[in-house]
Amino acid sequence: MNYWTVIHAAILHPALLSALIHQTGATDLDPGPHNALRPVSPQGGQIEWLFWLIFWICFIVYVLMVVGFGSAAAKSAAGTDEPPPIIEDEEGDRRASWFVGTATGVTVLSLFVVLVLSVIAEKRVEDTPKENAVTIQVTGHQWWWEVNYPNSQADHTINTANEIHVPIRTPIVILTKSADVIHSFWVPSITGKRDLIPGMSSAFSFEVKTPGVYRGQCAEFCGLQHAHMGFAVIADIPQDFEDWQQQQLRDAVEPVNPQEALGKKVFLTHACLMCHAIQGTQAGSRMGPDLTHVGSRRMIAAETLPNIPGALGGWIIDPQQIKPGNHMAPNGLQGEELQALISYLQSLK
Amino acid sequence: MSFRSIYLAALTSLLFMVACTREDRILRPAPSSAYTLNTVQVSGLNPGANPVPPSPPPNIYQESAYAVSEGQRLYEQYNCVGCHAHGGGGMGPPLMDNYWIYGSEPQNIFTTIMQGRPNGMPSFRNRIPEYQGWEIAAYVRSLSGLLPKDVAPSRSDEMNVKPSESSMPKQTPTGITGRPETRP
Repeated sequence: MNYWTVIHAAILHPALLSALIHQTGATDLDPGPHNALRPVSPQGGQIEWLFWLIFWICFIVYVLMVVGFGSAAAKSAAGTDEPPPIIEDEEGDRRASWFVGTATGVTVLSLFVVLVLSVIAEKRVEDTPKENAVTIQVTGHQWWWEVNYPNSQADHTINTANEIHVPIRTPIVILTKSADVIHSFWVPSITGKRDLIPGMSSAFSFEVKTPGVYRGQCAEFCGLQHAHMGFAVIADIPQDFEDWQQQQLRDAVEPVNPQEALGKKVFLTHACLMCHAIQGTQAGSRMGPDLTHVGSRRMIAAETLPNIPGALGGWIIDPQQIKPGNHMAPNGLQGEELQALISYLQSLK
Repeated sequence: MSFRSIYLAALTSLLFMVACTREDRILRPAPSSAYTLNTVQVSGLNPGANPVPPSPPPNIYQESAYAVSEGQRLYEQYNCVGCHAHGGGGMGPPLMDNYWIYGSEPQNIFTTIMQGRPNGMPSFRNRIPEYQGWEIAAYVRSLSGLLPKDVAPSRSDEMNVKPSESSMPKQTPTGITGRPETRP
């Protein structure tokens, strides 16, 4: 557990903070870097290079402007109200117009260089090789991310939410869709922003070089909980990615003790199954995130809360306190039923 | 600007505040309410007049544009369209006409949703929270123009052959006897 999780919890749900502090073993909750200046992909590298180029050009221009204004201020005859005398100086005028002309030329030229290099950088970001790519369908919802790994065989399709697992050093093609309003897919460490537009689908690709967890965020204002619409890209070595795929393809595990069995019964007889799916049970609705392997995720509620029993319970009982306006309804589950539901959901690895 | 025109402008803007309940939102509804279903008669067959509705629900669901548009969203998501289409009906009866088998009041519609009805209407009791039942009931009423026009949705994400709910002509509800419903 790190300070970021604690700050998150403190802002969102003060009551959860104490639960978090007393929780042990929650170590891999690092939200991951969220930094366009430490890219982990060639695409992010192009964007970073362009950023520094524009930064240094602007920095030089800024220094020149400050020096110019400073020297002009030093020369001016401050403190006199009389207008300066008009001096006829043809040689001086010629030098002045030469200087202004050159400065204008340099300005236009540097802007032009920035334009051309931006186009080149964008072209290189687009030109990611797409052979043997892993294709991932990302659908933006208010306020979470649906993630599907399409496959020509229906039973090899993976459905998950808010966590995108990718293999490193492999081209990744992201297909975008939106279920309601415009969202924007942004993982600063990996690549630039891509809008998800309702009724339109688009595609883009990237490749991650370094294993790790990289935080993503919706970057287009999409309603009340836009700020809490996060996700994570989890880059693994190809072998780990294979293992993860195999695990995600399995049906949900069956309850192994009476408490989990009761939890499953609670899930299937209350409002849960109106919106959520658990593969291998009767629950098959696609309105909310797929919960078949929810126990294997790091965070819940779109990177808002750590996936620990306390946070999960708080979320189930009163989601409108944590993310007001979200589409999950509060429910009146009491003690034993709630505990059983939590342990069942946590068992869904 | 003269004092008189400022005064008039202030007076006019006061008038606009009258319509503010339209924008009221309950983001944190109670999971369940004290509303008891069992006081409601479920059969359309009854001696004398048409069904008399029980006590009315909180007005918020009929007067808030947010609640009604939530009802519209849930109407799609809970697959009401599967049987009732976008009001025109199919396997289930149409909802945009004036004919109401079980009464047109919000309480009647809520009861239909929560308890189910013979010949196919399933019961959503314990499956959806009560406030969502009220939201859907409010939306269903907007399908036949029974809600104020400023509250009913004016656009839909689905393809529709009917006009938007806010433009639906108001239907006078009739019950199973074919006569206009008696109102308490």
